[in-house]
Amino acid sequence: MTNLTVSRSTPASTIAMVALGTAIIILFAAPWWAGRSELRLLGEIFLYMSLATLWNFLAGYAGLVSVGQQAYVGLGGYMFFAATIFWGLSPLVALPIAALIGAAISAPVAALIFRLRGAYFAIGTWVVAEVFRLTFAQISALGGGSGTSLPVSVAQSLADGRDAREALTYWLALGIAVVVIGAVFAFLRSRRGVALMAIRDNELAAKSLGIDIWWTKFTVYVVTAGLTTLVGGLIFLQKLRISPDAAFSVNDSTAFVIFIVVIGGIGTLEGPILGTLVYFALRETLADYGTIYLIALGVVAIAIMLFAPKGLWGLIRGHRGTELFPLSRRVRGLTEKGQ
Amino acid sequence: MDWINAIIQGALLGGLYAMFAAGLSLIFGVMRLVNIAHGDLIVLSAYVALTTSVGLGLNPLLALVIVVPVMAGFGYALQRLVLNRTMGDDLLPPLLVTFGLSIIIQNALLMGYSADPQKLQAGPIETASVNLGPITLGVMPVMVFAIAVAVIAGLQWMFYRTALGRAFRATSDRQDIAQLMGLNRAHVFGLAMALSLAVTAIAGVFLGIRTSFDPAAGASRLIFGFEAVIIGGLGNLWGTLWGGIILGVAQTLGAKINPGYQILAGHIVFLLILAVRPRGLFPRMDG
Repeated sequence: MTNLTVSRSTPASTIAMVALGTAIIILFAAPWWAGRSELRLLGEIFLYMSLATLWNFLAGYAGLVSVGQQAYVGLGGYMFFAATIFWGLSPLVALPIAALIGAAISAPVAALIFRLRGAYFAIGTWVVAEVFRLTFAQISALGGGSGTSLPVSVAQSLADGRDAREALTYWLALGIAVVVIGAVFAFLRSRRGVALMAIRDNELAAKSLGIDIWWTKFTVYVVTAGLTTLVGGLIFLQKLRISPDAAFSVNDSTAFVIFIVVIGGIGTLEGPILGTLVYFALRETLADYGTIYLIALGVVAIAIMLFAPKGLWGLIRGHRGTELFPLSRRVRGLTEKGQ
Repeated sequence: MDWINAIIQGALLGGLYAMFAAGLSLIFGVMRLVNIAHGDLIVLSAYVALTTSVGLGLNPLLALVIVVPVMAGFGYALQRLVLNRTMGDDLLPPLLVTFGLSIIIQNALLMGYSADPQKLQAGPIETASVNLGPITLGVMPVMVFAIAVAVIAGLQWMFYRTALGRAFRATSDRQDIAQLMGLNRAHVFGLAMALSLAVTAIAGVFLGIRTSFDPAAGASRLIFGFEAVIIGGLGNLWGTLWGGIILGVAQTLGAKINPGYQILAGHIVFLLILAVRPRGLFPRMDG
C-alpha cells in the first residue's frame, strides 16, 4: 500500500527557504554592520537582482525576449524626478506612482509591439526605448539632452542625516528585490503561472486547452514593466542625477542584465540570483580592465549559450531537478527513489 | 522648394538604409535568424575600410575590393563556427549569441580605435554636385542610391535566377527536405551569411564616407535597417528599398521641422505603419 501525495516542497527547498529568510534578516541589519561602500554595493546588487529576475520572467517564462527594458528603467527615473520636482511628492510616494505610470504606458506599447514576432519583437522593444530616450531629450524642463540633478531638498526630505538616508535607500533596494522575487514566485505558483509555463512548453497545446495566450503574455509584460519602472526610479534615487543617455542605456539596463540571466540560468528563479552574485564577483575583481572585461563578459555569455544553455544553475541542479524555490509539483510515495 | 529638396535628399538617404536592411532581410529570409550584431558589423566594415584605405593609401571606394571579401569570409566563418550551433526552433540562443557578439565587436573597436569619431575620406567626389534646375543633387548620394538599387536588383536576380538562390529558397522552405536533396544546410547558411556581410561591407563603406562613425554607432544602424525591413514588408526586397526611402524621407522631413526630431520622426513613422499595417506596406508576395 502506498500513499500518494503531491507536494511542491522538498527537503532542499525547505532548507533553502529557511536560509533565505535568515539571509534577509541579516541583510536587513546591514546598515549596522556594513560600511558605507559595502552598503552601496549591496544596494546595487539588489537592484540588478530585481532587473535580472524581471527580465527572466519576461524572456525565460513568457518567451518575450526584450532588449528594450531600459525604456522602463529610464521612464522610472524620469517619472520619479518629475513627481518629486514638479509635483512636490515625497520620494516614497513618487516611487509607486512612477511604477503605476510605467504600467499604464506599457499597456498600449504592448498592444503595438506584440504585432512583431520573436526576434523582431526584440528589436521593436529597442525602438520603443529609443523613442522614449529621444522624447525625454526634448523635454527642456527635465534638462533636455544633458539631464538634470535631483534637488538637494528632495534628497533631504527622505530622512535626516546622510547615514539615515543611505540606510533608507538601502532598505528600499532590499525591499524591492524581495518584492520582485516574491511577486514573480507568487505569480508562477498561481493559476496564471501554470498557464504561463504551459505556453512556454507548448504554445499550441496550451491554446487548445483554452489558455488565452495574448492576454497571459500581456499581463506579464505590463506587470514586468511596472516593476521595472519602480526599480528604475530607485536606481536614479541612488544616483541623484539623470540624463537621457544614462537613463536609457542599453548596456547598463539590458545587456548586463541579459548576461546575468544567461550566466545564471534562464527560465529558473534561482538563475538570476546566482548570476547576479557571479556578475558582481567578476565586476569587483576585473572591472579595472575596462573594455577587456566587457569583451570577456560577451565571450563567457556566448560560450554558456553554446555549451551550457541552462547556465550555471542548470549545471548545478543537474538531472535531479533540484529547486530551491518550491515551484514544480512532485508526486510522493510512488517509489523510494522519487521520495 | 525646400520641402521637395528635403524629400529628394531623404529618398537618396533611404538607399543607404535599404542596404543596411538588405543584409538583415537576406539572412532572415534564408534561416530566420535576426542578427543583433548587424549594425556593429556595418560599423566594423567601415573600420576595416578605414585601415585598408589609410594603410594602403587607397581611396575608400577602391578599398571595397578588399573590404567586401574580408567581411564575406568573416561572415562564412562566423556562421559555420558559431551561429550554426545556435540554429534550431528556439529563437533565444541566436538572439543572445549575436547580442554578445555585438558587445564584443563594440568593445574591441573601442580598444583598437578609441572612441574618437572617424571618417572615410573619398576625395573631391564627396562634395561634387550637379544642378537640376532649382535642385542640387550631390554626386555621392545619387551614387549610393544607384548602388543600393543595383545591390537589391542583384540579390533579387540571385534569388530567383541562380542555383545558389534556388538553394537559399529551398532551405528557407524546408530545411530537412533540402538536406535530403543533397544541400548541405550548414554550408548554405554560411553562404547566406557571407552574402549578407558582403552587402553589409558595401553599406559600411558608404556610411563611413557619408558621415563620421564611432564604435557605438552600430545600434542605430541596426534599428534603421530593421525599420526599413518591417515598413517594406518581410521577405520583399523591393519593399525593403521602399521601406528605406520612407524612413529616409521621414527623417529629413522631421529634421526640417526641428533638428531634434530627425531620428524620432523616423521611429514614429515606423510605429504608425506598424499600428496601421502590421505586415508592412508590401507584404511578402511569394514563397
